[in-house]
Amino acid sequence: MTQAEGSLLRQILDYSNRHNPYPLYAELRKTPVLSEGDGAYVVSTYDEVLSLLHDPRVSSDPRNMTAPGGPELGQQEEPGLPPSFIRQDPPEHDRLRRMTNASFGPPHTPRRIDEMRGDLGKVVSGLIDGIGNTDRIDLVEQFSYPFPVTAICRLLGVPREDEPRFHGWADTLAASLDPMPGEDPTERNKIAEKARTELGMYLAGLIDERRKDPKHDMLSELATRHGPDGVMTTMELLSTSALLLIAGHETTVNLITNGMLTLLRNPDQLQRLREDPKSVVPMVEELLRFEPPVQLVPNRTTLADIDIRGVTIPKGASLWLVAAAGNRDPKRFAHPDRFDPDRGDIQHLGFGSGIHSCFGAPLARLEAQLALSELARRLVNPRLLEDPPEYRRNAVLRGPRHLPIACNDIRP
Amino acid sequence: MPGEFLDWLKREGRIVIVGASLAGLRAAETLRGEGFAGSLTMIGDEPYEPYDRPPLSKAVLLGRAAPDRTELPRRREVDADWRLGVPATGLDMAGRKVQLADGEEVPYDRLLIATGVRARSWPHETEAELDGVFVLRGRDDATALQKRLSAGPRRVLVIGAGFTGSEIASACREREIEVTLAERGSSPLVGALGGVVGQVAAQLHRENGVDLRCEVMVTGLEGDTAGRVRAAHLSDGTSVETDVVVVCLGATRNTEWLAGSGLGAGPRGIACDAGCRAFDIRGIVTDDIFVAGDVARSPHPLFGYQFLSLEHWGNAVSQAETAAHNMLCDSVERRPHMWVPGFWSAQFGVNIKSVGVPSMGTEIIIAQGSLAERRFVGVYGYQGRVIGAVTFDHAHWLPFYQHLIETTAPFPPKFETVDRRPEGLRPMSAEFPDPSVPTHGPTVTLSGYSPADRRMTFTPGR
Ligand SMILES: Cc1cc2nc3c(=O)[nH]c(=O)nc-3n(C[C@H](O)[C@H](O)[C@H](O)COP(=O)(O)OP(=O)(O)OC[C@H]3O[C@@H](n4cnc5c(N)ncnc54)[C@H](O)[C@@H]3O)c2cc1C
Repeated sequence: MTQAEGSLLRQILDYSNRHNPYPLYAELRKTPVLSEGDGAYVVSTYDEVLSLLHDPRVSSDPRNMTAPGGPELGQQEEPGLPPSFIRQDPPEHDRLRRMTNASFGPPHTPRRIDEMRGDLGKVVSGLIDGIGNTDRIDLVEQFSYPFPVTAICRLLGVPREDEPRFHGWADTLAASLDPMPGEDPTERNKIAEKARTELGMYLAGLIDERRKDPKHDMLSELATRHGPDGVMTTMELLSTSALLLIAGHETTVNLITNGMLTLLRNPDQLQRLREDPKSVVPMVEELLRFEPPVQLVPNRTTLADIDIRGVTIPKGASLWLVAAAGNRDPKRFAHPDRFDPDRGDIQHLGFGSGIHSCFGAPLARLEAQLALSELARRLVNPRLLEDPPEYRRNAVLRGPRHLPIACNDIRP
Repeated sequence: MPGEFLDWLKREGRIVIVGASLAGLRAAETLRGEGFAGSLTMIGDEPYEPYDRPPLSKAVLLGRAAPDRTELPRRREVDADWRLGVPATGLDMAGRKVQLADGEEVPYDRLLIATGVRARSWPHETEAELDGVFVLRGRDDATALQKRLSAGPRRVLVIGAGFTGSEIASACREREIEVTLAERGSSPLVGALGGVVGQVAAQLHRENGVDLRCEVMVTGLEGDTAGRVRAAHLSDGTSVETDVVVVCLGATRNTEWLAGSGLGAGPRGIACDAGCRAFDIRGIVTDDIFVAGDVARSPHPLFGYQFLSLEHWGNAVSQAETAAHNMLCDSVERRPHMWVPGFWSAQFGVNIKSVGVPSMGTEIIIAQGSLAERRFVGVYGYQGRVIGAVTFDHAHWLPFYQHLIETTAPFPPKFETVDRRPEGLRPMSAEFPDPSVPTHGPTVTLSGYSPADRRMTFTPGR
């Protein structure tokens, strides 16, 4: 393995390439299964990523990783809580995900997401109404950041009056996932730890209340449902709600922000969305291919030697699946670097695939569709003030930290 | 020369498709999609535009979809001359004409046969005509059965616990209708998936309140004075009082209309090469007659070149696309139909899926999950290789096992997987019934003609 190749993953993780990692992904795809030399294996082509996402020899449980893990990514999970189902393998994973899904989607709760449509529509309108000065709008701070956390509050059943506190904790925790270069992390870690504890105590209290007096919200159902898999323990419930909060928040912020950025870079598509709000459905799908909010799936490992594309990934290796590179694999998608909602078959890896495919996908889709179509309809002559905008540090959950835009007016 | 012919065929040739359902429609769409501009005739004996059958034994019986609302979604305009409600009755191979029941003859330059199968009816004719006795293959069957179920019968008797029979029993229980399921084999689905998996299916039935009776045959149906079915008699001496009987004894291929035509068509279907070209009775491949879907039998390189006839939705689609493509091209551009068999079913809220040919397997291993939890991946082995796989609520993993089948991976698989349980470490007999004992069961029937075997013989239509 040559040095230049070995450094590709590090270049991708390097902040200076955050605004446009796609040329590096193209370089990466030349070696579909790349051994980083330090125990990490990076897979970047569509078919190979897809097949490994469906490979039962690939584990999500970090305890199975025996080789060194490649570049450190920093902490992704809550200390003190049992791992959420995202970091577990079947059968535990299946049991927890099944129990969570029973309160979230079909067949038990088929309309939960769709029933949120009206409520979320109002949240979107309210945020746009509150924009104020149209000469300089930070779309992230003023819109795409507050929206998803409100959505999760509504989903879980956090009372309206507590939403501001919840927002505060969510902000702090999200910031801790987004390290600042050159800053001493001690102080921030302390603050994050405090927020984590407070949030945990708040949720535990809420769960307790809901057990006594269930309402029509997800937390009540998770807390009270006795299904074929039994009941969720309080600890499991806490790690599940923490997962819903973190995974469902940061990713949707990026989906909406990347979406608006892409539309502003493709004014004909923005115009089309304004004229035909229904076109938002294929647009969001194409966005998930073109600028996926989760760029890569790190921290998987192998339970056995896996032969793929002439390379043997040894048992216990650290596996990195670069979904965003697979999404632009020219073998799978014609003209992959073109944003084209009209391409027929957009089977992207934006939500992953297999048993860990994004749990919140129906909610994320709805949020992005509502947000983008309403922004397109109401902002008069919107334009980018900075291109590229400033990005967050995070290479996995990639998206702009700020998106300064301006517009002439806001339609009612 | 051939190039000129093909150009002419594409421009102004005549293509006739007999069988206007799933395979017929997908072939028609592919023909247009690949630039066929000539005249296209679709002949179908049912009076309906192409519709989808899988919902008939699922959503329709549950009352969740109207039987007349399962039209197949169209992929594109096909601009065809539709002759619906008129069966084809004969084929003149030399004169290149299809004869219709209304006396008309339709000439063709290329013909596609996609006449599928029909439900095998109750063998005793007068009993079969009793009011309350049904089969389930088409829309009309589903309409009539759904109506009868809605009227609140005291009990339904389903004869045959293959996929269709099991799905019907499941739908009845979901509607809280009492149901007895009678099966000649040792368990439901035994012909398709073997006894190990069949036992899991049996538990599913019993837990959901199905009165499941295995290793019995229904020997006779009894009617009342008004000609309505009232009871059924079983080989174990018992009888079942019932007002609805659904006969699910497998299917017969719709090939009678080809009798005497010289085409190699018989009760086991129409044999064709991997490019979907039909054989004549001499075993010589035709160049203008193609077949696709349930009625076809084609050799599969992955399964020892055995001729497979598959009653699988996905097979019908893929074979139709291949046939249509090949109808418009030169030999070098032709594609083989290399579809890896795959099937799905839904019963008692469980999603069952299979790939490969489980019924060829002699051994099974539970590679992931557990039989007791009824969530598992079962992998079938045949002579040291992986030949098929089935999942109960574990469909996410199926592509992986399909890949093992495609690459003739060794059986039993040696590697570790997530969710491998101690019980899944050792292969056991898959427990398929003795093939010499007839069952209606398997959805896949195999018969072995190797490519080198020139003494191909066909049983002409009965
Ligand atoms: C109730 C039911 C449930 C099913 N569920 C599943 C499932 O869950 N999964 C799965 O993979 N598969 C399932 N199948 C099987 C699947 O529907 C078939 O594989 C598929 O329909 C085959 O398509 P085809 O076009 O070859 O045949 P068909 O759909 O049978 O179409 C053949 C057509 O040709 C017509 N025809 C016959 N003879 C003549 C003639 N002489 N002239 C003119 N027309 C003629 C027939 O009336 C029919 O309309 C199910 C089938 C049924 C009946």
